[in-house]
Amino acid sequence: MAKRSVIPFGPQHPVLPEPIHLDLVMEDETVVEAVPSIGYVHRGLESLVQKKDFNEMVYVTERICGICSFMHGMGYCNALENIMNVEVPSRAKYLRTIWCEMSRLHSHLLWLGLLADAFGFEALFMQSWRIREKILDMFEISTGGRVIFSVNKVGGVLKDMPADMLQNFVEILDGMEKELKATTSVFLNDYSVKSRLVGVGKLSKEDALKLGAVGPMMRASGIAIDMRKTGYAAYSDIDFDIITSDECDSYARCQVRIGEIF
Amino acid sequence: MEDYGRNIITIELDQLLSTATEKKMTGWRLAQICSAYVDGRYELSYTFGKEYEVVHYRIVVDKETLVPSITQIYDAAFLYENEMKELFGVNMEHIAVDYKNKLYRIDEEAPFIQGTAQGKTGTTSGNVNKVNTVADNQKKEV
Repeated sequence: MAKRSVIPFGPQHPVLPEPIHLDLVMEDETVVEAVPSIGYVHRGLESLVQKKDFNEMVYVTERICGICSFMHGMGYCNALENIMNVEVPSRAKYLRTIWCEMSRLHSHLLWLGLLADAFGFEALFMQSWRIREKILDMFEISTGGRVIFSVNKVGGVLKDMPADMLQNFVEILDGMEKELKATTSVFLNDYSVKSRLVGVGKLSKEDALKLGAVGPMMRASGIAIDMRKTGYAAYSDIDFDIITSDECDSYARCQVRIGEIF
Repeated sequence: MEDYGRNIITIELDQLLSTATEKKMTGWRLAQICSAYVDGRYELSYTFGKEYEVVHYRIVVDKETLVPSITQIYDAAFLYENEMKELFGVNMEHIAVDYKNKLYRIDEEAPFIQGTAQGKTGTTSGNVNKVNTVADNQKKEV
């Protein structure tokens, strides 16, 4: 047996999206073991929530994630509204739904951009994020923030969207649709993109269930579950199809997200 | 108004493994396990999901009670169980893989139950020293 040595990897490293430390056990140039240490961004919010006033905690939950901050804040408010039997006004439910959909759009575009970056298509990465900026602009117009919005409160929302703002958003989205079709067509049809995604990273339906996959990851493995169908916010009033794919590969995960944008 | 499975079913400790097995065999997924330290005892809540249904099972145990791991039934439970063991001090046994209180590499033992005896409700690893100081001062006052 070759002599073993340990190379510390991380917790900060340019290829890592989140901090993780690995003790890489090497035999010559082969990694034979990788011992992970995680939790560098564990903030103990489940303990903090016991101490904070519930109104203050809304702003903390928004900071769980910088991408889906609205969803975390709304989820926390939803939970408390259920516990307290608080009925949210219909307009507030619809406003939440609009912000939810904006969150989905910018989250999927962010993911698509990172995907393009990962397979070395920098122009596609830039295009995806350029379009995403328009959604962030809409967030800024309607909430005042581009990452943290602070518009949720237990019982409703703190800001309204007047008619002229909504009309403006419709026009922005109309313009975006054309750009999105051109950009997403590259993801779906370009030969070099497909050669990097089709058949790569297969996650079977059984493994997706076993490993606890959720969201587009799960739907790209052929599981037709979309939590919007439970009817939170105003989704009980909105008819939509669940986007799935049975291909179970990286291309399918890309395809499902693009399907959910339109 | 939506009901996201607010009903919590309290079970005995010796029903935990059979309940988890029954859930697994009938196609339920493990959604989460949560620990809370209440009045000197642990409330451990196990949440399972199947399509759009959610159900919670809760066991209440003393600090000394050995709680069996459900990792033999649900692999993904190992992170929750290591966390409960390391942060709350829950006496978990047979976790696969057991990090032996080194998952988060924190200095304090069971920081989330620090100060609860004084009426506080736990802390995070990030402000352990601050809360310990408060607890120490309270001891001095007593």
